[in-house]
Amino acid sequence: MGEGPGRAAVAEKPKAAPPKPKIKPLEDKIHCWPYLVRSEFICSVIIMAVLMVWSIALNAPMEEPANPTNTPNPSKAPWYFLGLQEMLVYFDPWMAGVVLPTLIIVGLMVIPFVDINPKGNGYYTFVERKFAVTMFLFGFLILWTSLIVTGVFLRGPGWNLFWPWEVWDPHKVVALTNVDLPYWGPFKLLGNPKIFGVELLGLTILALYLVVLPVAFWFWKSKTSPVLQELGPIRYGIVVFLFLTMIGLPIKVFLRIAFNIKYLWVTPWFNI
Amino acid sequence: MFKHLKDLKKTIFESQVWTAMFRHDYADTPRNRTLQIMSNVWMHLHPPKIRRHAIRIRFTWCMGGITFLLFLVLVVTGVVLMFYYRPVAEYAYADMKYLQFDVPFGMLVRNMHRWAAHGMVLTVWLHMFRVFMTGSYKSPREFNWVVGVILLTLTLMLSFTGYLLPWDQLSIWAVTVGTNMARATPLLGHEGPFAQVVGVTPRYDARAFLLGGTIVGPPTLLRFYVLHCIFLPILASILMMVHFWRIRKDGGISGPL
Repeated sequence: MGEGPGRAAVAEKPKAAPPKPKIKPLEDKIHCWPYLVRSEFICSVIIMAVLMVWSIALNAPMEEPANPTNTPNPSKAPWYFLGLQEMLVYFDPWMAGVVLPTLIIVGLMVIPFVDINPKGNGYYTFVERKFAVTMFLFGFLILWTSLIVTGVFLRGPGWNLFWPWEVWDPHKVVALTNVDLPYWGPFKLLGNPKIFGVELLGLTILALYLVVLPVAFWFWKSKTSPVLQELGPIRYGIVVFLFLTMIGLPIKVFLRIAFNIKYLWVTPWFNI
Repeated sequence: MFKHLKDLKKTIFESQVWTAMFRHDYADTPRNRTLQIMSNVWMHLHPPKIRRHAIRIRFTWCMGGITFLLFLVLVVTGVVLMFYYRPVAEYAYADMKYLQFDVPFGMLVRNMHRWAAHGMVLTVWLHMFRVFMTGSYKSPREFNWVVGVILLTLTLMLSFTGYLLPWDQLSIWAVTVGTNMARATPLLGHEGPFAQVVGVTPRYDARAFLLGGTIVGPPTLLRFYVLHCIFLPILASILMMVHFWRIRKDGGISGPL
């Protein structure tokens, strides 16, 4: 400290003492008793008080006895699953109810193994891990939360969209104008070519999106990008697949709302 | 009188019974502060000392701790509810009404169980959010993050299985909607892709296995009850042990390296 070149020149001490071994400052540690236990105790008391008051003031819901012959409209899953139920508008059940939830859970689990950025470990930072934080905020705060809010507050009978000031009309008429991609706009001219009953248009588009695009990006950038080099092809592949799957949801939402497109790809076994 | 009190104090605190239970006195010394944690089975979850930043509420939001507290609340209130509730389709709804109107503080216990369950889903998400934002899943804590994701899934499953138990319209239709997804499981659900290849039918597929039939009926109630009260809480408890143990073994609460 303070040993700049200017100071060394003034002091003129060529035979200074050998550089001291750097002593690591002792970690700033405090006793758990009382400092941590005290905070935990206060926190518990507050939570218990809030929970108690809440439970006295608000009763848990209780409706008529279960009746398998009387289906309420709308039937809603518990609020924490309404994000998944909302995805059913845009994807078939095998995708929205099984594949995407599985990918969310598996995707969360692999985060520590594909995020090899050593910075930002144990403190809040955005600038040191822009991509990771942006992805998580987008997926969790924006996508997941907005789907749940839509499902809880904006979906009424027939799973139709109702604004909060609108009356839930069970007989609301909504025109079903959605078409599959091969029957939309300029794609109609292609005549929907198929091979073994599989639409070629959707196959091409999904292959472009999920395979060609990531591979091309890899060959374009991996030579010059140290991040991609360090990531390696396998980790890159996992990250890109999860990323494109996540972005696939808002893309599908946009295509549905803007262009009334139902399926991008129809096959004899499943539709996307 | 003062002298007698002092004698009494001495007699109690130096008796064999007292010293058998409490190995150290209460004087505020560094040694006792450490012993307070180390020689107490409930406290020894903590290390004797902790890095200063780790107790800041702005760092942890106390979300993991609140989640654990709510889990404990759920265990206690849940056991109380089990005294009054029978997971049989004929009785379940009547038992709920019994809890609501006849059992002393029954409604309060039920409300606490319900709201703590919703709260736990929320706090477990916020805990994950905090852990992500502080990058605490990074080496050496990768595995603990994975355990945490499994615990999050178990929390949702616990909440979902509990949702059915009141056996009212809200619960059976919410669970019907939720479990209907299983019929679309690729290969294993009768409406899923490639179902014909495997040969599953509505009676023998992933959903029927989950429900114990083709609709949300009495077998489903019993199944969800067992999952909710026995299987999932035990599994979650085991994983929580691993989760807390790993926090200590991976170097305590994360912080700048």
